[in-house]
Amino acid sequence: MISSAPHPATPSSDSRSKPCHLSACHFTAFQRRYLREPQTHLHLQLSSWLCYAWDTNEEYLFKAMVAFTMRRYSSKTTTQISNVLLCNVTDRVSFWFVVTDSTKNTTTVPGSEVEAAIRMNRNRINNAFLLSDKTLQFLKIPSTLAPPVEPSTPVWLIVFGVVLCLIVAGIVFLVVAGIQQRKKKNKESTERENLEDKGEVTITIENGIPCETLDLKAGHINGVFSADDERFTSL
Amino acid sequence: MCLLIRLVIKKLDRNWQACLHLSLPSEPGWRGGRGAGRAPAGGRQDGAAAVSARQQEMEKARPLWDNPVQFVFACISYAVGLGNVWRFPYLCQMYGGGGFLIPYFIMLIVEGMPLLYLELAVGQRMRQGSIGAWKIISPYLCGVGVASVVVSFFLSMYYNVINAWAFWYLFHSFQDPLPWATCPLNSNRTGYEEECEKTSSTQYFWYRQTLNISPSLETSGAVQWEQALCLMLAWLVVYLCILRGTESTGKVVYVTASLPYCVLIIYLIRGLTLHGAVNGLIYMFTPKLEQLSNPKAWISAATQIFFSLGLGFGSLIAFASYNEPSNNCERHAIIVSLINSATSIFASIVTFSIYGFKATFNYESCINRVILLLLNAFDLEEGSLTADNLSEMKDYLMAAHPQEYAQLLPQLKNCSLEAELDTAVQGTGLAFIVYSEAIKNMEVSQLYSVLYFVMLLMLGIGSMLGNTAAILTPLTDSKLIASRFPKEVISGVVCFINCIIGLIFTMEAGNYWFDIFNDYAATLSLLLIVLVETIAVCYIYGLRRFEKDLHTMIGRKLNWYWKVMWAFASPLLIISLFIFYLTDYILTGTLQYQAWDATQGQLVTKDYPGYALAMIGLLVASSTMCIPLGALVTFVRKRLKRERVSTVA
Repeated sequence: MISSAPHPATPSSDSRSKPCHLSACHFTAFQRRYLREPQTHLHLQLSSWLCYAWDTNEEYLFKAMVAFTMRRYSSKTTTQISNVLLCNVTDRVSFWFVVTDSTKNTTTVPGSEVEAAIRMNRNRINNAFLLSDKTLQFLKIPSTLAPPVEPSTPVWLIVFGVVLCLIVAGIVFLVVAGIQQRKKKNKESTERENLEDKGEVTITIENGIPCETLDLKAGHINGVFSADDERFTSL
Repeated sequence: MCLLIRLVIKKLDRNWQACLHLSLPSEPGWRGGRGAGRAPAGGRQDGAAAVSARQQEMEKARPLWDNPVQFVFACISYAVGLGNVWRFPYLCQMYGGGGFLIPYFIMLIVEGMPLLYLELAVGQRMRQGSIGAWKIISPYLCGVGVASVVVSFFLSMYYNVINAWAFWYLFHSFQDPLPWATCPLNSNRTGYEEECEKTSSTQYFWYRQTLNISPSLETSGAVQWEQALCLMLAWLVVYLCILRGTESTGKVVYVTASLPYCVLIIYLIRGLTLHGAVNGLIYMFTPKLEQLSNPKAWISAATQIFFSLGLGFGSLIAFASYNEPSNNCERHAIIVSLINSATSIFASIVTFSIYGFKATFNYESCINRVILLLLNAFDLEEGSLTADNLSEMKDYLMAAHPQEYAQLLPQLKNCSLEAELDTAVQGTGLAFIVYSEAIKNMEVSQLYSVLYFVMLLMLGIGSMLGNTAAILTPLTDSKLIASRFPKEVISGVVCFINCIIGLIFTMEAGNYWFDIFNDYAATLSLLLIVLVETIAVCYIYGLRRFEKDLHTMIGRKLNWYWKVMWAFASPLLIISLFIFYLTDYILTGTLQYQAWDATQGQLVTKDYPGYALAMIGLLVASSTMCIPLGALVTFVRKRLKRERVSTVA
């Protein structure tokens, strides 16, 4: 324990709890001889999570919650708030607590029972203090991790399926449209060729000279200008 | 009788029109018989056959972009890719923050703009894909075109895997909470998975659930069916976009070019309003000018400009070949290169604000953990320890309770904001690990996650369009293939082959092979290709002749700046880069790679095995050897033809 702190960063609230009642501590010290298992040690992390100050009223609420938990677990209706004893409360708000058995005057409930009871009712205790598993820590009681929610089909497969269907539909549409376009073009060009063929049958005359003798095709390639592919002339 | 004559006149009209058409100087093939109009393999042709071939060509005119905007968008979409997002911020951080912009802009002016203009001009002038275009410049240079196609083929093989990963992350973004936000539980539900505990949940999601990476290259493992599905989807998307050639590509690039900017703006606004973003921005932009004296900074700037613009793949030539001949490609080249660089800087602002947020978040978590540890150990009052008085309190506690403090010491880490900011990451690590880690801590993380991975997809698909255009344009230009198969079938076959080969990268060791391809498939070969291109245009084709061609095309005289850069500055720069890379490879000795060690939860360095080194050599050799081989084959072919002709005569 710190005897004196150099300078507290924030002004400490006076309503913080001081060491617990002497009588209870004596009582537990007396009982320590009979204890086989260690007591339950509780840590409370306040910092920014707690919107209230920790004082004796809060301690009372805590005792009530533990008593309630013990009642539910062992279905004994005899556990009273006075059966729960807090000890060694520090400024950190961490303390030990013990649960006594009022039916048998001098014994305490074994630690394992208390642990099991608290584990069962962890959620209720957390909610009573508006805290969570991380901020209200019971040492030696690890928090059980919530199992992950897994849907029957992974979500990503669903999205994948949707996107895949859209893309395949787009491809099919474009391919079919392309094929249709090509068929139309082929039909047009065969029609045009048929017309040209029909035209060739008639004798074509230009300026009194039949067209065949004109050799229309000869003007397209000028032998002089068609340079060799092998040698290029630099301009 | 009258009817007959009327029919006759109509037919004559059409024939004379055809004659006039063929004599117009619109096709380069018109002049001197060289170029597109001629059938290949030289020599005189039978008159009728040549005419019919030409008429067929007239009917099947080259597809064009609907308007110049489509062309500019296509170039931007291709050039602005993942490298702008994940490589430039890293370089900025490594080489002096704001000071890195100085070598970057100098290299842009000396190297980037001139070489980009050169490629666009060659493509627009020759109106062919890379193989055809270089064949026109000189028949001995067909190897350059083939090398470009080979490099593009390698690139498209591995690049689409990134799109597959982006799809995977995108599909997983529709869950609450995001799957990479928390570690999964181990088999008996007592705690988290061991591997996830050692590293972070985002790294675990990347290495284990996405890649399912094996501990080394040798253990190949099986093909991951989930990744294979995503890869197949990625290739289907690419096929959909290139199916109809420029018709479909031209529409798609409107989206792939503009959507990333929308997302980047949203992220800029979100990033700047995040807590701690300013730390990252200050860290990035404080210039460390002493880095300018480091030659690596200049070399990295040159390399970044070079690869960021995508020179040498043949994509730019392919895109430009679909232009109108009178298109002003000079202005477009300047616009595209400036936009590319501006996007890099813009993306790095976003990245660094995200960095700053992530680093501040981690730093504050670290401080809180230390405070909690001390509070619990010493039962101190809540609020007595804060970030401000932590160091004083630690000294006090050390003095007051030396033994307990000494026990705690190994768990007390020194939290440092600079150390968090210093973790410079690049590549897939940045895109998929760092960003997803930052996203999971934002509110409405699903929305930001979806936006981000859609942006990555757009960037990746935009670049893929360019890559596939570089492969398909030469194929559709060649009469041999294009006459037998329609465009859709050729595109489909190319996509299918790439997809099958890409399945290698979906194996457990796939990421290691990805790194090999990423680092070695394109680097050296591209430098060589672009060097040969520049020398070919300037010295073999002739700078004056090219200048005249450009003047005819665009109508403006070529500025002396372009001439100086093309003739001297750019080739010298590329040669020096080339020499640097070669010496670097030789000096480093054995090549190493980073392997993921599941037991430690971090990356370890390992040596490449023999067959991996052989693969690297094969990658580099297969593209670079095309250039001399092409020249040799052409030479031998001409020799044989000449001998045949002389024996016939």
